[in-house]
Amino acid sequence: MWMLEIPPFVPFFIGALIAAFTRGKLRGVIMMLTPILGALHLWMVPEGIHLQFAFLGYELMPYRVDKLSLMFGYVFHIAAFIAVVYSLHVRDTVQQVAAMLYAGSGLGAVFAGDLLTLFVFWELLAFTSVFLIWARRTQRAYLVGMRYLIIQVLSGGILLVGALFYASENGSLEFGKIGLEGIAGWLIFIAFGIKCAFPIAHTWLTDAYPEATVTGTVFLSAITTKVAVYALARAYPGTELLVYIGVAMACFPIFFAVIENDLRRVLAYSLINQVGFMVVGIGIGTALAINGAVSHAFNDVIFKGLLFMTMGAVLHMTGRINGSELGGLYKTMPKTTVLCIVGAASISAFPLFSGFVSKSMVMSAALETGYDWIWLALLFASAGVFHHAGIKIPYFAFFAHDSGIRVSDPPTNMLLAMSIAAGLCIAIGIYPAALYSLLPYDTGYNPYDATHVLAQTQLLFFSALAFVWLNLRGLYPPELPSTNLDFDWFYRRFFPRVLQKLFAFIWNADRAVRQAFMVRLDLFLGYLSWKNDRLSGLLSRNHPAGSMVMWVAVILASYLLLSFMA
Amino acid sequence: MQTDQHPKGDEQHYWLDDPKNVQRIMYFFYAGCVILLALDLVIHRHVLHSWENLLGFYPLYGFVGCVVLVLVATWMRTFLMRPENYYDDSGEAEKDV
Repeated sequence: MWMLEIPPFVPFFIGALIAAFTRGKLRGVIMMLTPILGALHLWMVPEGIHLQFAFLGYELMPYRVDKLSLMFGYVFHIAAFIAVVYSLHVRDTVQQVAAMLYAGSGLGAVFAGDLLTLFVFWELLAFTSVFLIWARRTQRAYLVGMRYLIIQVLSGGILLVGALFYASENGSLEFGKIGLEGIAGWLIFIAFGIKCAFPIAHTWLTDAYPEATVTGTVFLSAITTKVAVYALARAYPGTELLVYIGVAMACFPIFFAVIENDLRRVLAYSLINQVGFMVVGIGIGTALAINGAVSHAFNDVIFKGLLFMTMGAVLHMTGRINGSELGGLYKTMPKTTVLCIVGAASISAFPLFSGFVSKSMVMSAALETGYDWIWLALLFASAGVFHHAGIKIPYFAFFAHDSGIRVSDPPTNMLLAMSIAAGLCIAIGIYPAALYSLLPYDTGYNPYDATHVLAQTQLLFFSALAFVWLNLRGLYPPELPSTNLDFDWFYRRFFPRVLQKLFAFIWNADRAVRQAFMVRLDLFLGYLSWKNDRLSGLLSRNHPAGSMVMWVAVILASYLLLSFMA
Repeated sequence: MQTDQHPKGDEQHYWLDDPKNVQRIMYFFYAGCVILLALDLVIHRHVLHSWENLLGFYPLYGFVGCVVLVLVATWMRTFLMRPENYYDDSGEAEKDV
C-alpha cells in the first residue's frame, strides 16, 4: 500500500503549502481537513518501519511506528485540530503557515527512527515555532523570540554533536534506548533536557510562551515539550537521575506560579510542573510509570491547551492578561468560565477528569518502587498545582474583585475549540479505558478505587480550604503588577552587566596603561633632547644637525691638514 | 475587542454579587470537607505507605502543604519582585533604539 509510505508530517507540510496560497474560508477548511485526514491515515497505519534508506553509510528510518510514537502522534493530531479551530478567525498567513509546519515538525520528530531525522525535525520545531511568537509583532515579542530561538537552536546543535558521537561509538544512528553512558549519552540527554525545560534550562518556556500570540501559545504548549518527553521516554527510560530532575520540575515552579501576575505565565510555570510528573514517570521506568508518563502527556496536551485557550480568550476579548487587572468576568463570559473550570479540574486531577486517571499512575508507581520521599514531594506538587492552576487561574480571572470589565464570550470558533477540549477532558476522565488501550504496556491499572478517589478528593478539598483560610486571614499574596526574577535574570541582566563592567574595566585599564606609557615616553624624549641641547648647543640646537656640522668641520680640517702635508 | 466599562450600580445584578449566596457556597464547601474527613473512618483503604494509615493524613498534608507553599512564595517576593518594566528599561530596550 503506497499510502503507508507517507510519513505523518507530509500532510501537514502540504497543508501548509496550500494554506500559503489560499485565502479566507478555503484556507480554514484546508487547515481543518489536514489534521482530520492525517489522523485517519495514522489510525490505519500498523506498527513497524515504513520508510528506510541508506545515507552516507548509515541506515536512516524517517518513519517508524510503534505504540509509544503513536500515542504522541494521535495527540498531536487532536491538538492541531483543536488549535486550528480555535484560530479560525485569524487572518495572518505567517502565523497559520508556521503553525501547520510546526505541528508537522512535531509529528516528524516523534516518528523519526534515527537521530539524524530527529535532529532535522528538532531544529524545524524551533524555526517554525518562533514565528508564532514573532507574529505578535511587537519589539518585546521580537526580543523574546530571539532568546527563544537561540536556546532552541543550541539544543539542536548539542543534539547533532551528540548524535555524531553516538554514531562513532555505536556505528549506528538508530534512535532507541541510549542511556547515560559515554559522552554521546550525556550530550543527547542535555539536548533533550533543554527542550524539556529541565530546571535552569526552563526559562525559555516561561519567557516565550506568555509572549506568543493568543492562538500561537495553544500550539506551542502542545508540541515542543511533549516531543522532548517522548524523546526521553524513548531514549532514557529508567534513568534514575530523571526522577530527581522531574521532582524538582514538579515542585519549584509552583512557588513562582503563586506570585506570578501574568496568568498565561502562571500556566507556563504549571506546564513545567506537569512535565515534571512525566519526567519522574520516565525516570522510574516501570511499565506502570511509563504508561503514566505517556498518558499524562496525552492528557496534559488537551487540558493545558484548554487552559491556554481560556486565558487566550480572556486576552483576546479584554486585551489584558494580568491577574491584577482582571476579575469578575464570569458575569459576561459565563461559557468561558465553565470551560476554564473544567480545564482547572482536569489539571488538578479531580476524579472524573482526565488528569486524575494519568497522574495517579505516576504516583502509584513512585510508591511501588520505594521512592517514598519522591512520592511525598509529588503529593505536595499535586496540592500546589491545584492551588495555582486549579484555583488561582479561574478565581483571579473570572471571580475575585470585580474589575468592571464587561466583555462577551469569545467568537464561536474559539468556544467550539474549547468545548471539544473540555469534552475530551471529561470523556477521558469518565472512561479511561479508551486511553489505556492505546498505551505502550498493559498493566490492568484501575484509578477508580475508593482509596485513590477518597485520598485525592481529600487532598484537593483541603488544599482549597487552605486557599479560603489564607484569603480570609488576608495572608494570600495579592496580584501585583510586577516582574519576578527567575534564572533568565542571569543571562538577561547579570551576565550582560558583568560583561559590561568587565569590558569597561578592561578599557579603562588599557587607557591608563597607554597614558602612563605615553607620559614616560614624553619624559624620556624630553630628557634626551635636554642632554643634546647641552652637548651640541654650540653649532645647532638639534643634535643630529649639530654633530653633522661638527664632523663636516673635522673632515674638512683634516683634509686641509693632509693636503698641506703632502 | 469591546471593553465596555460600566460604572457599577446601573447594571444587572448577578447571583454571586450577593454575599449571602457566597456564604451559602462556603457552607456547602465546609460541609464537604467535614464529610470527606469523616469518610476516613468509614472507608477501608488499601494503602501502600504506612503514613497513609494516619487519620486525616491527606487532608492535613494538603492543607499544611498549601499554607507553606503560599507563605514561602510570599516570602520569595521580598527578593524576587521587581517593577513590571524591569527588563524593559535595562540594556534590552537601549539596543532597540
